[in-house]
Amino acid sequence: MNWLIYALIFWLASWALNVRIANSAPSRFKSILVPMLFGFSLLGLWEGLVSGFNISPILLPPPSMIAARFASSLPILWEDFVQTFVKGALSGYFIGCSAAFLTAIAIDRSDFLKRGLLPIGNFVAALPIIGMAPVLVMWFGFDWQSKAAVVVIMVFFPMLVNTVAGLSAKNEIQNDLMKTYGAGYWQSLLKLGLPAAMPFIFNGLKICTTLALIGAIVAEFFGSPIRGMGFRISTEVGRLSLDMVWAEITVAALAGSAFYGTMALIEKAVTFWHPSQRS
Amino acid sequence: MSEAVISAKDLSLTFETNDGPVHALKDINLDINKGDFVSFIGPSGCGKTTFLRCMADLETPTGGTITVNGMSAAEARMKRAYGYVFQAAGLYPWRTIGGNIRLPLEIMGFNKSEQSKRVTDVLELVELAGFEKKFPWQLSGGMQQRASIARALAFDADILLMDEPFGALDEIVRDHLNEQLLQLWARTEKTIGFVTHSIPEAVFLSTKIVVMSPRPGRIADVIESTLPRDRTLDIRESQEFADIAHRVREGLRAGHAYD
Repeated sequence: MNWLIYALIFWLASWALNVRIANSAPSRFKSILVPMLFGFSLLGLWEGLVSGFNISPILLPPPSMIAARFASSLPILWEDFVQTFVKGALSGYFIGCSAAFLTAIAIDRSDFLKRGLLPIGNFVAALPIIGMAPVLVMWFGFDWQSKAAVVVIMVFFPMLVNTVAGLSAKNEIQNDLMKTYGAGYWQSLLKLGLPAAMPFIFNGLKICTTLALIGAIVAEFFGSPIRGMGFRISTEVGRLSLDMVWAEITVAALAGSAFYGTMALIEKAVTFWHPSQRS
Repeated sequence: MSEAVISAKDLSLTFETNDGPVHALKDINLDINKGDFVSFIGPSGCGKTTFLRCMADLETPTGGTITVNGMSAAEARMKRAYGYVFQAAGLYPWRTIGGNIRLPLEIMGFNKSEQSKRVTDVLELVELAGFEKKFPWQLSGGMQQRASIARALAFDADILLMDEPFGALDEIVRDHLNEQLLQLWARTEKTIGFVTHSIPEAVFLSTKIVVMSPRPGRIADVIESTLPRDRTLDIRESQEFADIAHRVREGLRAGHAYD
């Protein structure tokens, strides 16, 4: 019972504090502090409710237990992170997005390819990833290569569609201007087509960050060496050590957010001129 | 009439649309001489913009011939014979004003120091010195359009084609830019083709006014202006100005009588 009261008091106190901060003069520090405080109050509430209602740690372990497990398993978590995120997700993301980018440029150049390749891209996107993953594991082996292949399939289409849309984003006047300069295809592409496409390209890149992580983790459920985030999650669930599963989920959430955040920062620097980015 | 820079003979252009053919231009014959300031005026749909785009090889005529500097329009375009100013500034928002003006110079392969020199020069010409580092969206509409004129001037083509460049601007800004344009024309001795739908603008700027009429687009009247080349805004109060404007208005009215 006490736990419940503590949780409630903690929640209300941090709420009140947040309201006070939000109503005071804004600053950069406070704009970070408010969401942080909100996150902590959620964790406090979670801790209190789980302990107060005596919920089994199998169903939902308290944050303190997850944190303890996290701290004591750093080497394993790091090894899994490297295997799944760095080797599987990042390499697949890079290969898939580059391939989609180059395909989009080819499609933009030729109407023939547009009619041929877009439906194929669509078809690949419609393949059920759960069905393809075991097949790709057969083809490329248990290690990270098959995970990267799954990621390639997942990110290819969203990246392709976005880049193709971006390459047709330039307007009539900007295009005619290039003609009046007697510009060649590559000059037009580099100085007009690609810069104009950047907001779309970054949309694709941002969407693909989360897809890549999901793909790499899920692919490990269908066979992997004895390391990797997906492998760890599926085996630790079997051993009922849900605190480890949650620790892996935490790693995935942190890695995914950092990945997305990095792309968003690069986007801000590259497309500073776009109305959505101007401050 | 020896130095015809742009010459159209029996020029026609028909667009095939779902509702049947549209005759945008029909049997256009016109010579533009070196150093002329020629305005094309007419109601919308009379083909004045299409005619200008034919000179620039942005449209391909379906009949007749057009030569620019004695070559076909396509050859002239590849030789960068003209600078073109569009209805909207069409500046690239990811480039600064200086970067936008540098764009044609980069494409045409001018070296770096020549690029910087020319950017500074043309910015001064359009009174935008000091705005080189600004981005287009930080400038007013009038300044953006001036920047786009600077961009068309940067590579110093002998011909300047302008398609309603001041159409979207208010009258005060427009008067000012018209005066500046005349000074610029006097200084650079370029041949200018200028599309407008404003009678005072056409009369004030031009040495030759081409009145066009729609459906099919053709030339209704060509008026050689008797106004002196060196003029200020005050000339609009003169009787001569009123007479020319009257003749333009008559031409426009006659064109309309056909449909």
